[in-house]
Amino acid sequence: MSLETFFQHLSNGLALGSLYALIAIGYTMVYGILRLINFAHGDIFMISTYIVFYGVTMFLMPWWVAFVVAILLTGIFGILVERVAYRPLRDSPRISVMISAIGASFLIENLAIVIFGGRPKAFPIPDYFNQVAHFNTISIPFANFFIPIVTLTSLVILLFIVNKTKTGMAMRAVSKDYEAARLMGINVDNIISITFGIGSMLAAIGGILWGIKYPNLIPLLGIMPGLKAFIAAVIGGIGDIKGAVIGGFLLGMSEIMIIAFLPSLTGYRDAFAFILLIAILLFKPSGLMGQNVTEKV
Amino acid sequence: MKKISLLLVLVLVLSIALTACSSSSNDVAVEEPTQEVVKFGVFEPLTGANAAGGAMEIEGIELAQELYPEVLGMPIELVVVDNKSDKVEAANAATKLVDQDKVNAVIGSWGSSLSMAAGPIVMDAGIPAVGTSCTNPLVTLGNDFYFRVTFIDSFQGVVMANYAYEVLGASKVAIVQEISNDYSVGLVKFFTDEFIKLTGDADSIVYVANYNTGDQDFTAQLTNIKSMNPDAIFAPGNYSESAMLIKQAKELDITTPFLGADTWETPEFIEIGGEAVNGTVFSTFFDSQVPLTPESEVFLDAYRAKFNKEPASVTALAYDAYILLVNAIERAGSADPAAIRDALAETTGFDGAAGVIALDANGDAVKNAVIKTIENGEFTYLTTIAPK
Repeated sequence: MSLETFFQHLSNGLALGSLYALIAIGYTMVYGILRLINFAHGDIFMISTYIVFYGVTMFLMPWWVAFVVAILLTGIFGILVERVAYRPLRDSPRISVMISAIGASFLIENLAIVIFGGRPKAFPIPDYFNQVAHFNTISIPFANFFIPIVTLTSLVILLFIVNKTKTGMAMRAVSKDYEAARLMGINVDNIISITFGIGSMLAAIGGILWGIKYPNLIPLLGIMPGLKAFIAAVIGGIGDIKGAVIGGFLLGMSEIMIIAFLPSLTGYRDAFAFILLIAILLFKPSGLMGQNVTEKV
Repeated sequence: MKKISLLLVLVLVLSIALTACSSSSNDVAVEEPTQEVVKFGVFEPLTGANAAGGAMEIEGIELAQELYPEVLGMPIELVVVDNKSDKVEAANAATKLVDQDKVNAVIGSWGSSLSMAAGPIVMDAGIPAVGTSCTNPLVTLGNDFYFRVTFIDSFQGVVMANYAYEVLGASKVAIVQEISNDYSVGLVKFFTDEFIKLTGDADSIVYVANYNTGDQDFTAQLTNIKSMNPDAIFAPGNYSESAMLIKQAKELDITTPFLGADTWETPEFIEIGGEAVNGTVFSTFFDSQVPLTPESEVFLDAYRAKFNKEPASVTALAYDAYILLVNAIERAGSADPAAIRDALAETTGFDGAAGVIALDANGDAVKNAVIKTIENGEFTYLTTIAPK
């Protein structure tokens, strides 16, 4: 393999990895606080892409307005899902909440099939992102520059919120013990709503970037990225925000590199991700960053 | 209490969603026990990755029913089931048609894998089925009850190999196949055999890349192909994955022409692929600018009047499947499934909207292929190729 081909693979892997990372942050943040794997995260991600689609094609919004509207509405949608599907089960065993999460996920998917229809739609990509930069024989679509930047910016902002603000302090308190947090005068329900809101807005940002890169919208679009982000979160140590980013990059990069170096294994690309999940759960269940307990949100 | 009321709301919403689902796929099947009816089971993907294909074929079938609502004095009723673009669901849907709805014949499906899932079920039940645009040879092979109004992939693969060799002058071709799709893998095999025969060089297929149905990222496969520098890329597969593949290829500066097959002829292929799919070339069944038979005119006039747009090839094929069944029932003088089957098997010189249909010993239609390209976001007719 020539050096240029290798760099091309590297650039592809970086973009895919940062997309996984961005979705994984939302996953891991909700887990960190509620100890709940939010299976509906991938579907919330899907909803954001459809909001942009309808915003641009039906309400004729400029693309940046549609993006902002999608991020806000998706945040509200996430809070709504928490209200309806998770809050009533706050004091139930964790397994009930998990089943409720799976139910919420199926419900959103099937409602989306009924409302949006099963035929694929094309995500309205702003012309700006359709450009491609050339370095020698290496081509990098503009989106590939943006995705890692957006992911890292989101990471920094999120770490700031969690570690430097009062709300963040309350989040960390709730994640340790929410009975005790409640006794300290923290409104636990509000904090959890805020967490879901932020997590869902991150899913929306991920959804928009995903749409720009892979403009094929179907109601089941969120399932695979959702699962991959979950795997990324587990690799990094679920509950750990920085770990999720590292996990996302690792997963994206290894998916690309397995095809680059072992083309005959291409068909097993998804299987590889799941094997990785099983291996991590067997040999290092706390994930790569798992020992870093104080970092947990 | 609050918990219970919320749960109730959830259950209500769920049941609404579920009834909405089932009513949308079943509302055509209203029983009229007082009158004898002929039931055609329509077996198509209405949801999932192939939903656009299913929707276009349903248009054709419904149009045919409007034009030919009766046979032998009995009204024809359509029973539509959704095979959900999924092989397992397809088997369930086919079982429902033959066991529960007791249809006289089956039409469908878009997608060879889905038709193949239904194959053993219709054969065991002794119900004749007419495939619309399923082109894999295995759909009808060894199955006396499955017929089709389209040509098969062994012909389509050969046509595209000849196009690559003669028109494009290609000597090195890279292949991208959807390995979980029988249609794609089958086409690739026929293309490969023919192309190697034409060039006389076993190494003329320089690279074979794979992907799975539903994959979104093809950059790694494409980067590998770019380094091989082929003259053409043959990439038959689902229209949505193929459109993304070609879009990503353009972003990687791959200017090599892409060749494909009939599945690409959907509006979504152009919407998703955008400018990137301009210049792609594929084989298909029919072009609305070149009417092939008197029935083509009837179909085109009715379609344009109803939908105010140009029909896709698969819409014409689905229309043909319906009128071929009507014709077979008339020839048989009976709507008994066994009699329909025998009449279908003897079809020859039947004027369909998408060309003259003669069924061979396997139940496959022997007919012309059309080659199209995409120019400025429009499907454009290139040429017609007759079977050898």
